[in-house]
Amino acid sequence: MIDVKALSKSFGDHLVLDSIDQHIYPGEKVVIIGPSGSGKSTFLRCLNLLEEPSAGTITFDGQVITDPKADIDKIRQQMGMVFQHFNLFPNMTIRRNITLAPVRTKLMSQAEADDTATALLKRVGLEEKADAYPAQLSGGQKQRIAIVRALAMKPKVMLFDEPTSALDPEMVGEVLEVMKELAQEGMTMVVVTHEMGFAREVGTRVLFMDGGKILEENEPHAFFSDPKEQRTRDFLSKVL
Amino acid sequence: MLEGLMGIAGKFYKAFIEGERWKLYLSGLGITLEMTVVALIFGMVLGVVVAVIRTAHDQQRPGRRNILLSILNALCKLYTTIIRGTPMMVQILIWGFVIFASSRDKVMVGIIGLGINSGAYAAEIVRGGLMSVDVGQSEAGRSLGLNYLDTMRFIVIPQAFKNILPSLGNEFITLFKDTSLVNTIGAAELTYQAMRIGGRNYDYMPPLIGSALIYLAIVIIFTWLQGKLERRLRQSDRR
Repeated sequence: MIDVKALSKSFGDHLVLDSIDQHIYPGEKVVIIGPSGSGKSTFLRCLNLLEEPSAGTITFDGQVITDPKADIDKIRQQMGMVFQHFNLFPNMTIRRNITLAPVRTKLMSQAEADDTATALLKRVGLEEKADAYPAQLSGGQKQRIAIVRALAMKPKVMLFDEPTSALDPEMVGEVLEVMKELAQEGMTMVVVTHEMGFAREVGTRVLFMDGGKILEENEPHAFFSDPKEQRTRDFLSKVL
Repeated sequence: MLEGLMGIAGKFYKAFIEGERWKLYLSGLGITLEMTVVALIFGMVLGVVVAVIRTAHDQQRPGRRNILLSILNALCKLYTTIIRGTPMMVQILIWGFVIFASSRDKVMVGIIGLGINSGAYAAEIVRGGLMSVDVGQSEAGRSLGLNYLDTMRFIVIPQAFKNILPSLGNEFITLFKDTSLVNTIGAAELTYQAMRIGGRNYDYMPPLIGSALIYLAIVIIFTWLQGKLERRLRQSDRR
């Protein structure tokens, strides 16, 4: 579904991603872990071109998205993204946060989008917040809304960039719960996270990144019980 | 003492009441306000366009430079440099006596001069406002598949507008007072009327002091309205 070939990214002289090759198959739940500065967020942000790769190609559903002629807006409509800091639009109600993109990109009429928003809000138990503003919500509620906002575009893949890192510990559970449900429904997911429990339970494949490279990858059970690389073992012994 | 006061009252009577002269101030004030509002709208539109062009140019992804955008950006820079680098008074005189020397509609000429001047300042204010909005906001908009202009229009500009409202209020007040410069090219605004009445009575004190008080009153009223608007826009911040 997403094919990454020889992807490199540098900021000035600093090489953040060092020639990464990777393929993400439909229905996979890929969890990316690694120390900070390892390039995992940059890798994720390259997948929908929020970061422009310095070299390499990314192909999504047969379209080369790193081609300068690719219609990046059209491609992004099919890739949902959830951010660490939620990035809800504070100047709009929750309903409008959710319906703005589907309506403006002509995916839905306003009435259809409103129905979709209501259904999605009900699913995450926040239907009474439709007319509230983001500032009136807790962090966990904001992140659930942010997930729902991305889902309203009916994406084929969902990218999560440390979705629980900015949350109070007691709110992490409610967000992970929504992500688990999404995984069970068969959504293709790429998740950058520090939640090892989530990686183990939900992930179908775990990637360990360090120094701009994918050092090790495996299915979660084998990855956590029998890591091959010394660097992975050091990292896991610190976080587990 | 009493005689002195009576004398001053008489002067003001002559400058404002006699021969229904207050009507002249009123019509002058009307034209002043008309010029302010139209020039402000003109300047704001110009300012937003220039600010969006300059921000879009600066935010281009490296390797995907757009030639048209570079030309527009250079034009915008030239415009702000010229307007901000020359005196308002000289600009008004050039509009009135050089570019539109044969035009009889001096109010319109004044509006053009004021609007173009105000646009250059508004552009810098708006540009600062656009940059003050968290980059995560436009990333979120773009990641949903919205294009650059929609992201600007629905997400970034409304938030920027709230941030820059105090500066825009100041710009409005400056513009309102600067309309008095247009009297030099003969637009019949408030200062022009005051000068004419002063000339006719051989006494400039009452009409000039009077018009100053009128400007002051309008600025005070406007500042009050601005405070109300700011409180309303902060609605979405309430918890």
